Amino acid sequence: MSPTESALPDDGALLAVRGLRKAFGQQEVLKSIDLTVRRGEVVTLIGPSGSGKTTVLRSLNGLEIPDAGVVEFAGGLSVDFSAPVSKKQLAAVRDRSAMVFQHYNLFPHKTTLENVIEGPVQVQKKPKAQAVQEARELLARVGLADKENSYPFELSGGQQQRVGIVRALALRPQLLLFDEPTSALDPELVGDVLTVIKELADEGWTMVVVTHELAFAREVADEVIFMEGGVVVERGHPDTVLRDPREERTRQFVNRLLNPF
Amino acid sequence: MTVNWELVWSSLGPILMGAVTGTIPVALASFGLGLVLALLVALMRLSRNVVLSSIARVYISVIRGTPLLVQLFVIFYGLPSVGITISPWPSAIIAFSLNVGGYAAEVIRAAILSVPKGQWEAGHTIGMSRRQALVRIILPQAARVSVPPLSNTFISLIKDTSLASLILVTELFRQAQQVAAFSQEFMLLYLEAAVIYWVICLVLAGGQSALEKRLDRYVAH
Repeated sequence: MSPTESALPDDGALLAVRGLRKAFGQQEVLKSIDLTVRRGEVVTLIGPSGSGKTTVLRSLNGLEIPDAGVVEFAGGLSVDFSAPVSKKQLAAVRDRSAMVFQHYNLFPHKTTLENVIEGPVQVQKKPKAQAVQEARELLARVGLADKENSYPFELSGGQQQRVGIVRALALRPQLLLFDEPTSALDPELVGDVLTVIKELADEGWTMVVVTHELAFAREVADEVIFMEGGVVVERGHPDTVLRDPREERTRQFVNRLLNPF
Repeated sequence: MTVNWELVWSSLGPILMGAVTGTIPVALASFGLGLVLALLVALMRLSRNVVLSSIARVYISVIRGTPLLVQLFVIFYGLPSVGITISPWPSAIIAFSLNVGGYAAEVIRAAILSVPKGQWEAGHTIGMSRRQALVRIILPQAARVSVPPLSNTFISLIKDTSLASLILVTELFRQAQQVAAFSQEFMLLYLEAAVIYWVICLVLAGGQSALEKRLDRYVAH
């Protein structure tokens, strides 16, 4: 794709997605999704389960291969999924972002520190001493300095998810992807993790967050996207989408989350 | 019946010698080679390539569907008629390796499948290739799961090596047979052989426990 036909709308954009489609068998889970994320921006995806929001996120990290659509990152990386995609292209897309999973997916046979340095040392070929030093700094920032030799099973859910976040940060990706990062946590542990994510947003990390935490979205997001049935129903500033949505479906969804009974 | 302790004592030397120079090295070599083969076959079986997975399927089916004794005889007594003559020791090791390869492949395949899909994904999100994720993330976790069933395979193998006596490998049981034939004390010598097999397997079971303990250090109890 030449610069003139670039899908990236302006210099501030880090990521542009155009016409993303994905079907699992007969089930069409994404029906042409567009998405733009600017540097330093926080975009949250909300919507009922099965709406396709997690599939969008996973497509950005190469964990799903879309059937069609263009994913373009600033700096000249553009992948058109309508044609077969090479391993190299997929790896290039994957390198731009790092995922934080709903169920943490820490490596159970590795300690906290080993979990964090695995990517930098084994994949990015950083010197181990440097990777360890950087890992320790990041772990200290999320309050886990004393847990570096613990195995995941020795940590609470909130601690495990903070390790998951640090593991993603240690890769120094351009984009952080969060897939319902607090959905598996006990309610009293949700706050700790959201606080960490908010601090990262304040520091200027670019992120896409799939979440059901509307208060978090309202406070942290620059843009909220409401998806349902594989399409974007409504998108815009959180004050609009979450407080005074234009679409009736958005209103119903938001009200149900705010007033479950 | 009185026990001829003198014979027990004097036969212990040759029988143990058979264990140390026959049974144990044949079992170790076959288990090592068999595991390498099994990993390869398991990966082929899991491959999306239909040709590779079919080859693995047929191999496993043949190994599990035919008696080990027949496999051993085909290699040692059968192959010479098509011009391939292999001496007793290599014949035994080839037959036992192929046998372990078939059984252990299924164990390893199941162990790999027991590791949650999220572990592959976590490997990919930190930039790992499939191979890297397999070696650094999946196999270490699969190893823990496969220790008990692979220990079964190893313990069975130790006892199965007695079949090698039928293709002239000087191992534990062949030594016992020779002393028995010479002294006509069949009951005594065969029981003695049985006890020694049992002791070897006890030691192995102890090793299994130690290994399980070591690999369980990262699992909640």
